[in-house]
Amino acid sequence: MRARVFVTLKPSVFDPQGRTIADALHSLGYGTVEDVRQGKYFELDLKTTEAAQAKALAAEVADKLLANPVIESYRIEVD
Amino acid sequence: MKFAVIVFPGSNCDHDAYHAITAVLGHSAELIWHKDTDLKGAHAVILPGGFAHGDYLRTGAMARFSPIMRSVAAFADAGGPVLGICNGFQVLLEAGLLPGAMLRNRDLKFHCEHVHVRVEQTDTPSTLACHRGQVLRLPIAHGEGNYFADADVIARLETNRQIVFRYTDAAGNVDDAANPNGSVAAIAGICNEARNVVGLMPHPERACELILGSCDGLLILQSIVQACRQGHLAGGSKGHALQPA
Repeated sequence: MRARVFVTLKPSVFDPQGRTIADALHSLGYGTVEDVRQGKYFELDLKTTEAAQAKALAAEVADKLLANPVIESYRIEVD
Repeated sequence: MKFAVIVFPGSNCDHDAYHAITAVLGHSAELIWHKDTDLKGAHAVILPGGFAHGDYLRTGAMARFSPIMRSVAAFADAGGPVLGICNGFQVLLEAGLLPGAMLRNRDLKFHCEHVHVRVEQTDTPSTLACHRGQVLRLPIAHGEGNYFADADVIARLETNRQIVFRYTDAAGNVDDAANPNGSVAAIAGICNEARNVVGLMPHPERACELILGSCDGLLILQSIVQACRQGHLAGGSKGHALQPA
């Protein structure tokens, strides 16, 4: 199975890169873009056919390494 | 006395620290490769600046898996003085030896300049020779020095007097204009609860000779020497009370 992990800064943490990207989009005329949060994306190829197991494993490695829980949160999709 | 300077792939201030300890301070130092597991009898450990493991994933994130870090953690747990400088501070945060995390500088720029920091605490092995409130002029060189921790952690750091250095103006006043990276509470350096592990973003090892523009960094390295002379060595009791200058 493949697990996709999306890591972003927590909502409470200021994201200066996201802010700068939003400002750049505004200068391009995209005034309807209110805010941008940027982050990291990981694809994990897993030796399992069980979705629940894949999700649990992805969460475990996200907690241990892919995300820093002090500043980041993550979301997982599996298929 | 003997310092261990840890060398990760991508460390680039290891020789600066080695030079300051040996040629300027006249003490011995050993460069220790990150794959080693032996601190070789050192009395103090320095995690130097640079880009350990290329700063892949996050600054300092990979370095905690280097074999030497288990020895550094055991040394710290036994009360030995550990100083993390810049990337070394980031490594200590990722390794969980200090609380908090680093974000990109708020203006997204890499700052390479001299700044002023105020010594907030003198009962750590890295600040023993300083005076409380003393303003040091030290160089910084980082893109991710924007210290962050949530409000509960900051409150705990304040209560436990773990904020060791703050960015200030030359007169020692905390001022947002003097905060180069947006660090919460103007934090430039902190210590652990036991006070023996200190991390800071400025580079004391690059400010030990007048030709480099400042000698203020010597105080920090001399503090470690003084602390070791007072018996604050590995194997000592946790949170050993130091006599501030």
